[in-house]
Amino acid sequence: MSFPSWTLLAQSVLSGVFVGGLYGLLGLGLGLSWGLLRTINLAHFAFAFLSAYLCYQLTVSAHMDPLLTLALVVPLMFLLGAGLHGLSDRFRLTPFSSLLLTFGVMGIAESLMQWFWTADPRKLESSYGDMKLRLGPLYLPIPELLTLACAVAVAFAAWVVLRHTDLGKALRASAEDAPVAAAFGINQRRNSFILAGTCASLAGLAGVCIALSGSISPSQMYGWVGVVFAAVMLGGLGSAFGPLVAGMVIGVSEAVTMAVTAPSWAPLVSFTLLIVILLLRPGRVG
Amino acid sequence: MKMRAAPLAIVGAGLALCALPYLRLPAFYESFLYLALYWVVLATSWNLLSGYAGYFSFGHGAFFGAGVYTSATLATRYEWPFLWTLPVAAAVSAAIGVGVGAVAFRVRGVRGELFALLTLAVTFVLATIVGNTPIDGGPGVYLNAVPVPKLGPSATSSLYLMMLAAAVATLLISWTVRNSRFGAGLFAIHDDEDAAEVMGVPTFRWKLGALALSSALAGWAGGIHALFVSYVTTAETFNLTVPLTVVLMSILGGTRHWAGPAVGAVAITCLLFAFTGSSQAVLGKGAIGLILVAGVLFMPDGALSKLLRRPRAQTPVEPPDAVEAPTASVIAPIEEAPRGARAKASTQPVLAVRGLDKSFRGLKALSNVSLDVREGEILGLLGPNGSGKSTFINVVSGHFAADGGEVRLDGRDISGLPAHRIARAGIARTYQIPRPFAQMSVLDNVALAAMYAGRGIAHVDAGRAEARQWLEFAHLEGKADALPGELNLHQRKFLELARALASRPRLVLLDEVLCGLTPSEIHAAVALIRRIRDQGTTIVFVEHVMEAVMALTDRIVVFNQGLVLAEGLPADVMNQPDVRDAYLGVAHA
Repeated sequence: MSFPSWTLLAQSVLSGVFVGGLYGLLGLGLGLSWGLLRTINLAHFAFAFLSAYLCYQLTVSAHMDPLLTLALVVPLMFLLGAGLHGLSDRFRLTPFSSLLLTFGVMGIAESLMQWFWTADPRKLESSYGDMKLRLGPLYLPIPELLTLACAVAVAFAAWVVLRHTDLGKALRASAEDAPVAAAFGINQRRNSFILAGTCASLAGLAGVCIALSGSISPSQMYGWVGVVFAAVMLGGLGSAFGPLVAGMVIGVSEAVTMAVTAPSWAPLVSFTLLIVILLLRPGRVG
Repeated sequence: MKMRAAPLAIVGAGLALCALPYLRLPAFYESFLYLALYWVVLATSWNLLSGYAGYFSFGHGAFFGAGVYTSATLATRYEWPFLWTLPVAAAVSAAIGVGVGAVAFRVRGVRGELFALLTLAVTFVLATIVGNTPIDGGPGVYLNAVPVPKLGPSATSSLYLMMLAAAVATLLISWTVRNSRFGAGLFAIHDDEDAAEVMGVPTFRWKLGALALSSALAGWAGGIHALFVSYVTTAETFNLTVPLTVVLMSILGGTRHWAGPAVGAVAITCLLFAFTGSSQAVLGKGAIGLILVAGVLFMPDGALSKLLRRPRAQTPVEPPDAVEAPTASVIAPIEEAPRGARAKASTQPVLAVRGLDKSFRGLKALSNVSLDVREGEILGLLGPNGSGKSTFINVVSGHFAADGGEVRLDGRDISGLPAHRIARAGIARTYQIPRPFAQMSVLDNVALAAMYAGRGIAHVDAGRAEARQWLEFAHLEGKADALPGELNLHQRKFLELARALASRPRLVLLDEVLCGLTPSEIHAAVALIRRIRDQGTTIVFVEHVMEAVMALTDRIVVFNQGLVLAEGLPADVMNQPDVRDAYLGVAHA
């Protein structure tokens, strides 16, 4: 184990911040649906990867600009998310059953994606892919920069909505005590469909970002589960900025681990962190 | 007697399947059956903790994988004879299970989905460690050169026979646990862990035991499977397939039945087989996902429970208190206890509390509480809401640990003991809002207390026999086979009492048993409490219904803001001005 140069280390930290942005973007929707809807939505990852593949397909066959595909992907995911929420709403699932159910959805999505796009990795070739900014000795790739900007913007928007709008206040009130909130005239059912759809839309946005930044394959989505859960739990359920900040902490510690030891040690960081959070602060989640 | 037939059937089926390799069928049948049995072992072992005790684990892959790599390492690097590696594989897996459990089960909040995530994370941590150390080293371990022990006519049949033996053992263990006192404790943990602990179930050790058993069996199967696949990699071992599939199989088959996971395992293996080899292999995963979704939505209790559910004879709903309501007058005055009964109260304290303190984040719920409960008396515990009565019960019964002070039962210091030890020492309690084990019959609810606290009856049948007596005592014998959800509030309160009594306690703590009852039900309850005292049990009676307090109690203690405000004979205490102020507010006239 040799200590890497300062430039390499700085570049690692930077890439950790970028990948942390993606963790935060994925974690935001996951944490909102867990904290406010009591649905532990593993299908969130399926939505993200489905969006990534849709973005890939639309770019390749319809020659759309990858960012323009958002106009199609985001509404579609909204419908999918609301539809899935319809199921758990109809059958009154507990958080645990929702975890099992969406685990199943993940399996279905994986096989669908394998069916259409095979298990081989696909890489989106776009004009954005090679764009880089230079900052002294450091490189800032444009897709990652875009992802980070999206993550910050979306987290800020979520914060504004949750804190300062009637919808946000209603959602938080319902999460706290649904019957009392309903007694005050809050239409929790309508709100929950809006929220579930929005969370899935966020997954769509994250999916497009994933497609922009690297290659995708169906089974990759399982690799995201542990890290993003760690970010959500560390950041706090239903929090707007929490997952983003926690995601960056995890991303940076992973990147530094990779630079200092071997890349294959990276999962140890996020999963150990997840275990520690679960054991030390179980009250924070659930 | 149908129950005893099950283990015979398991052994019989096992022996019959032993003959298969000698029928000279194509090797394919052995491989297929091997896989079915492999999933039977994994799913059934998973169910021991996750199904019975309700701690859903997504970490079965970790325990399975620990077995895979233990056997692979011992057989290749150290060239152990293969069969010798299996007990070690089981032991290593069990040790990892105990290690995880010893930490996770100490944290109160790690239940349900959090436990599932925790165990999943453990799987990936283990995978990273194995993959990055010489145990695997990255490329994987080949077992081609490991000689397969000669148990049957061919290598495949030997592997098949090994897994068959493992499956028979696993099913026997599953059946035995299901029908034992241990199993009853696990099912109680499933329904209400805190109540189980208070009934005397050593919840921590029981969960640890179930996890150890569960992971040992998974490790054993993993060891055999390492030889079956002959090339093991971390990616193939520690992925989501094992946890996902065993959860699916168990849910589908039914987690509350000993054979449920096995039924699910056979069904899913057949289904998976239908997809392999064809061009639709990709769809297999999707099909499993679809079945999981359908199972969660339409059969949350599993196929077996759906099939085996006896059509419960719809007993006509009897009027709620037909049994013991006095016919004369609904709001009959509660008659004074005969003085003779009170005279029986001696001065020997059953419970001696000295200087008890308990705070919640700086809020003093109990401060320097000292009181005695004397042999054979009914001590009333009074006070406004929030005065510390329920905290007192929770601390004495061991649900909360005290911050300071001493609790002695018959002179023996019990402060700081875990709740199940206190229950065994002879303190039983009831909950203000009844907390029966929702998915156990009324009879089994009471039998659990009889088995775990008090006399510690070892056998389920004896426990049920004892329980029947107490159901009769509480006039609930007609409801023995009902689920607690079918009882009304009054009957559930009586179930609480029967459960407390079945542990044959020295002292019962009754937390507002009369709250929410109608006047006639109160009358019946008061009569029952009197009968409890008459058969020698000392009672602490927390209550707001003053009429009942004045009629029943020998002495009362009044709490206010965590302090003992007054103590003495009911009539004297209730006439003290400070007690009146505490209850009714200070007069400002």
